[in-house]
Amino acid sequence: MGASKPFRQQLRLLPVVPSVLLLLLFLAAPVLWSFHASFTNAALTGRNARNPAWTGLDNYERLLTDSAFPASVFLTVVFVVASAIVGQNLLGLLIAGLMTRARKPVSAVVGTAVVAAWVLPEIVAAFAAYAYFSKDGTLNQLLAGAGWSGADWLYAFPMVAVVLANIWRGTAFSMLVYRAALADVPQDISEAALMDGASGWQRLVFVTLPLIRSSIATNLMLVTLQTLAVFTLIWVMTAGGPSNTSTTLPVLAYQEAFKFGDIGYGTAIASVLIVLGLVFGIAYVRLLKGDKR
Amino acid sequence: MHRPAKILMALLSAAVLLATSACSPEQPAAENRVLKIVYQKTDSFTALDTLFKDAKKEFEAANQGTTVELQPIEANDDDYGTKLALALRSTETAPDVFYEDTFKVRSDVDAGYLLKLDSYLEKWDDWKTYNEAAKAAGTGDDGGIYAVPLGTDTRGIWYNKKVLQKAGISLPWQPRNWDEILDAARKMKAADPSVVPFNMYAGKASGEGTVMQSFYELLYGTDSQLYDQQEKKWVVGSQGFTDSLAFLKTLYDEKLAVTPAEALDANVWKKVFGEWLPQGKMGAVVEGSYSPSFWQKDGSYEWEGYAEDMGVAKFPTQRGQEPGGVSMSGGWTLAVGADSAHPDQAFQFMTTALNKKNSLAFTIASSQIAVRSDVAAEPDYLAANPFVKDVSELVSVTHYRPATADYPRISSAVQVATEAVITGALSPEAAAEQYDKTIRDQVGDAKVLQK
Repeated sequence: MGASKPFRQQLRLLPVVPSVLLLLLFLAAPVLWSFHASFTNAALTGRNARNPAWTGLDNYERLLTDSAFPASVFLTVVFVVASAIVGQNLLGLLIAGLMTRARKPVSAVVGTAVVAAWVLPEIVAAFAAYAYFSKDGTLNQLLAGAGWSGADWLYAFPMVAVVLANIWRGTAFSMLVYRAALADVPQDISEAALMDGASGWQRLVFVTLPLIRSSIATNLMLVTLQTLAVFTLIWVMTAGGPSNTSTTLPVLAYQEAFKFGDIGYGTAIASVLIVLGLVFGIAYVRLLKGDKR
Repeated sequence: MHRPAKILMALLSAAVLLATSACSPEQPAAENRVLKIVYQKTDSFTALDTLFKDAKKEFEAANQGTTVELQPIEANDDDYGTKLALALRSTETAPDVFYEDTFKVRSDVDAGYLLKLDSYLEKWDDWKTYNEAAKAAGTGDDGGIYAVPLGTDTRGIWYNKKVLQKAGISLPWQPRNWDEILDAARKMKAADPSVVPFNMYAGKASGEGTVMQSFYELLYGTDSQLYDQQEKKWVVGSQGFTDSLAFLKTLYDEKLAVTPAEALDANVWKKVFGEWLPQGKMGAVVEGSYSPSFWQKDGSYEWEGYAEDMGVAKFPTQRGQEPGGVSMSGGWTLAVGADSAHPDQAFQFMTTALNKKNSLAFTIASSQIAVRSDVAAEPDYLAANPFVKDVSELVSVTHYRPATADYPRISSAVQVATEAVITGALSPEAAAEQYDKTIRDQVGDAKVLQK
C-alpha cells in the first residue's frame, strides 16, 4: 500500500491533464509565440513574411522612438483608471450598496437593467454604444427632445464616449461581486458600530470596506485585466480615431500587425501590454496579501 | 491581458479552420482534384462572385474530376487584404487562385506567395490582347509576371450638372487649375448654402480612398513627387506636399467639402453615391471610373437619371501645367498561389475566368476599364454607360501607386497628415513636417530623399 500511495496520488491528477494541456496549447503557446515574434521582423507580406529573421531588441528600440507609443500607453492607463478602477468599480459598489437597502422589486429591476448590458456579446454591445453616441444617435435625439443640441460625441470626445460605454458594459460584474461580498458582512458588527455612535459614512469606511477588502482587490484585478484587453468596443466605436485620440495599446497592436502587416512590431506592443497587466496585477496581489496579515 | 495574443490566435485559428475544412477533401487522387479560389464579395460588389460562378460551371464541365471550390470572403478591401495575407502565410491554407490588389502584388511576390506565370502566359494566346500598362500591373521586382489584371480604373471629377447650372457654371465643366475648382465651389456654395460643393476625401477612415481619390490627384499635379522612381526613394520636404494639404484645408475650412466629422466616418462614400449626388446635395466629388456601377440598374444605389444628371471632368494640375490633368489607377488581378498543388489546372481555371466572354461581362457589371483589346472593342462595352469614353481617356494622364512593401505605411502617414489638417489639429506645414518625420522613422533615412 505504501508504495502505491504516491502512484494513486498521481493518478488523481489524471483528470486535470487534458485541461492543463489545453491551457498550455491555447493560452501559453500563443503568448510565448507572440513574445518570440516580437524579437523578429515577422510580417504579413514582403520578404520577411515566410522567413522572419531574429532582430533582437530592434522592435523595442523602435517603440521608444515612436511618438504614437507613449500617447497610446497614456490613453490605455486613462481608459483603465477611468472606466475600470473608478467607473465600474465604484459604480458597482454604489449600486450593490443601494440594492441591499432597496425594496425587492426595485433591486430586481435595477439588477436586471445593469446585468443586461453585461449579457450582450461584446460586438453587440459595441454596436449599441455606437448607435447611442453617434451623430444621429439615441443620445443626441434625446437631447434634441429636451431642446439641447448635442455634439458629435465619437468625434469630439472619443475617449469620454468609449470610457462611458465600457462603464455601462462592465459595471454589472463589479455589482455582482460586491453584492455577494456585502451579503457576507455580519450584521452584528455593523450594529455594534451603530451602538457606539458611528455615522453611516464611518461605518462604511471603518467597518464594511475593511471587511470586504479582499473582494475589492479581486474585483479590481479582474476588471483591470478585462479592461486592458478591450478591443472590439473601441474598434467598432472609433477605430482608434480621430487622429489616434482613442488608440489604446490593443488597437495600436492590431493596426501595426494587421493593417501595416508588421507582426514583429505589433507583437512587441502586445508584450508591453502584458507587462502593463503584470504591473497592475502585482499591485493588487500586494493588496490581497496585506489583508491576510 | 492576453488579449492581443488572443486576437492573433483567434484570427490564425480561424484561418486554420478555414483551411482544414477546405483541405480535408483534397486527397492526392488524380481523379478528384480540388482547386480553392479565394476572392472578395460584399453586398455592393457581387460582379466577381458572378464571374467565378460562371467560370466554375464552364471549367468543371470541361475538366471532369476537378472540383472548383469557391471561397468568397465578405469583407471590405482592408479586411480582405488581411484575411488573404493570413491565408497565404501557410502553405496549408494558401488558395490556388485568388483575387489580388495590384498594389499588393510586389510585396506578395517578395514574400514568395505568387507563382511566376511567364512560362504559362507564353502559351496563352489571349495574353497578346492585353495592353502594355495592364501587363506591367502584375510585374514583380524581378521583371517576371505574377498576376493578370481583371480590369483597371481611373479617377476624375464627377459633377452633378443641375447643381452647377444653378450656380451659373457653364457646362460641360472643365477646371484648368486648382483655383478654378475653388472658384466654382464657392459659386455653388453662394447659390445654395445647403449643398456640399466639392468633396475630396480625407482622413484615415476612408483608407486608400483618401489617397487614391483625393490626395494623389493633388500631389501628382504639382511639381513634386511622392516617390522617386529612379532613386527608389520616398520624397520628403516637398513644396507640392504642403500645397496639396493646404488645398484640402481650404476646402474643409470654407465648408466646401463635407464636415470633418462626416469625412472621418468610414461610410462617407455610401452617402456620396447613395444620397448626396442623386439628391442634388453635392456638386462634385473626386471618384473612380467605377462610379456608374453603383447607379446602374441592379447597382447598390440605383439612380435612373444619372446618365443625364452627371458629368465627368479631368482633375486639373496645380497651375494648369503639362499634361493638364491627373488620374490615379489601380485595379485588381488574379494570381496563382506559389504552393498550389495543381498549378496547371489553377492557371487553366484563371484563363477560363479571364476569357473574352467572362471578362466582358465582368468589365461591364463592375464598370471597369477594359484591359483586353478585344473587350475594349466590343460595342456592348462601349455602350455599357455613357461615361466609358470619358473615363477611358483619362488613362493618358494616369499614375500608378509606387507599390513597394513600405507603401501601406506611407499611405497611412499621408492619411494621418490629411486628417490632422482638416480637423485643424495641425497647419499644412506642420502636418507635412510630421509626415517627413514619420517617413524617416518608418522606412529609414536610406530610403528617403530630401527635396
